[in-house]
Amino acid sequence: MAGLHTSDFKNPVVRWIDSRLPLFTLMSKEYGQFPTPKNFNYFWNFGALATINLLIMIATGVFLAMNYTPTATGAFDSVQRIMRDVNYGWLLRLVHMNGASMFFILIYVHIFRGMYYGSYKAPRELLWMTGVALLLLLMATAFMGYVLPWGQMSYWGATVITNLFGAIPLVGQWIVTLLWGGFAVGDPTLNRFFSLHYLLPFIIFGVVFLHVVALHITGSNNPLGIEVKSEQDTVPFHPYYTAKDSVGMCVYFLVFALIVFLRPYIFSEVDNNIPANVLQTPNEIVPEWYLLPYYAILRSVPDKLAGVCCMFGSILVLFVLPWLDTSPVRSARFRPIYRIMMFALVADMVLLGHVGANRPEGLFILEGRIGTVLYFAFYAALPFVGWLERPLPLPESISRPVLPPRSGGGGGGGPLPAGVAAKPMEKA
Amino acid sequence: MKGCVIVMAGALALGAGVAAPHVARAADEPALPHMKWSWQKNFGLGTIDRASAQRGFQVYNEVCSACHSMKYMAYRNLEGIGLTEAQIKAVAATKTVPGAPDDEGKPTTRPALPSDHFADPFPNDNAARAANNGALPPDQSLLLSAREGHADYIYALVGKGYVDAPAGVKVPDGLYYNTYFPGHFIHMPPPLADGSVTYADGTKASVAQEAHDVATFLYFASYPENDQRKHLGVRVAGFLVLLTGVTYAVKRRVWSGIDH
Repeated sequence: MAGLHTSDFKNPVVRWIDSRLPLFTLMSKEYGQFPTPKNFNYFWNFGALATINLLIMIATGVFLAMNYTPTATGAFDSVQRIMRDVNYGWLLRLVHMNGASMFFILIYVHIFRGMYYGSYKAPRELLWMTGVALLLLLMATAFMGYVLPWGQMSYWGATVITNLFGAIPLVGQWIVTLLWGGFAVGDPTLNRFFSLHYLLPFIIFGVVFLHVVALHITGSNNPLGIEVKSEQDTVPFHPYYTAKDSVGMCVYFLVFALIVFLRPYIFSEVDNNIPANVLQTPNEIVPEWYLLPYYAILRSVPDKLAGVCCMFGSILVLFVLPWLDTSPVRSARFRPIYRIMMFALVADMVLLGHVGANRPEGLFILEGRIGTVLYFAFYAALPFVGWLERPLPLPESISRPVLPPRSGGGGGGGPLPAGVAAKPMEKA
Repeated sequence: MKGCVIVMAGALALGAGVAAPHVARAADEPALPHMKWSWQKNFGLGTIDRASAQRGFQVYNEVCSACHSMKYMAYRNLEGIGLTEAQIKAVAATKTVPGAPDDEGKPTTRPALPSDHFADPFPNDNAARAANNGALPPDQSLLLSAREGHADYIYALVGKGYVDAPAGVKVPDGLYYNTYFPGHFIHMPPPLADGSVTYADGTKASVAQEAHDVATFLYFASYPENDQRKHLGVRVAGFLVLLTGVTYAVKRRVWSGIDH
């Protein structure tokens, strides 16, 4: 019929729908036959896991919002009502609360994987940049979510972070007033943060969609960092990676469950169990663990404006990573210097996190400054490392290094199911 | 897989390590005693010791509640430490809470019901301050969860902390010396004494015992979901371990035909 999609599905109902709205074809193409490098390790689970985590956060968040009161006088009480009186409210809240930490664990591993295996390099620059945008959106959402329980750390954290914008010349104070909806953090601030905290996850969902579209145009990178050469290098997404992702998903659920049920308060600050008090500043104002390295960078710079610039710059620099790195080789497996730099960067982030959790006094000031310099030195050194480094020889193809010489075996990548590699990589 | 696990563990350790209590105790404050609490037993799967929590409620009811409110707790919540419906009704009936205004609009009071939240000792914060030398006795619903050291701190503060001030330290009028209280000068007079309460189950009411019991009850007040959470958690984790095993077997089988 003219104008209708030609569907391959046999089931008449599915076929009827699919020829008018080819969702089944889309799913089958993108998550069924989608040719995927066959050499992924378990690091390649984390994107899917982060998506699941997003859905869990939205689901629990919607139910929490049904019982939450976004007012300065009612917020803290309503959270306690959720913990004590709402059926399984404690479970909803503990999942949501620890889900934020899980989200950052997943995302940080996901980013590490992207950097270690060079997934940001051409042609995946936009895939990478949508990912950095997602990180920023996630941080904003997490920060505003942390304000909602309206405990001491919520209130004072919000005060400290929003005040950072006051460092911007000329318009700074105007922006801060706009964020607050008044002249101090208060009811209007809580109201707008709640509204935005509910909105942003759906924007994140939209950007995740773009992220996945970009991924399915370029195809996935892989631990060797070399392009797929032939059908032998790939397997269809289903059942191979649905099966492998399921294993990762189960382990993730298990870790998540152990935290939620056994150590649900491991990431929380005791001060947030005290209702917000405008007149009393807590002894220490610290952000959640996932923001500590950036907080350390902020505090390591003696000038406020420069500190704010360095803090935002430490994340924004990721946007230009694809152009800072001049090496044509993607995977750190074949880049001896970059490999060491990556591990040093991770160690530096841990150091900065530790500094961020402590008062900036004594040795911590020095450690914070060294850590900050090293953090930016990593990015500053990348172009030169790309030019100077001598990469190890790359394998010919993904199939080659894992194919042991076999008696009588051809060059094939093992018995592939029929129809596996029937479709080339091109996308509709 | 191995590298992945290591990095994942590293990220977890970063989160947990960095988020762990990092407020160093002042040099002149002694280290907190590390008690083995009932909920910490069995690898953290322990439930709240109900006998101790009930004794702790008795201490709260007869001693602490003279000054401290516990506004997020309702009498019905005492079911969570094993009180029967009749016992809860009896406890509530001894309390007076504000009632609805009468026909002339005058405020009234009535005996509490199990659905009522714990009666406040003072009508408002100013009255509480006025009666306590200017200090506001903190609400005890979340007191334990809002202090570094949790139950160990509560136990140490009321059970061991009140000692004579060291020579040369002048304790201001109206304040008391407590080794575990940050800054050492606390408005709260020593709340517990040997025999402050008479336990129905015959347990000897020493200061240490009372402190232990009241810390247990305050743990329940802060984390009333503890027992249900852990019961459910064991089943969820058990299920997920099985599911992980089955899923891994399926994955191995699916991939068995592929050289990778």
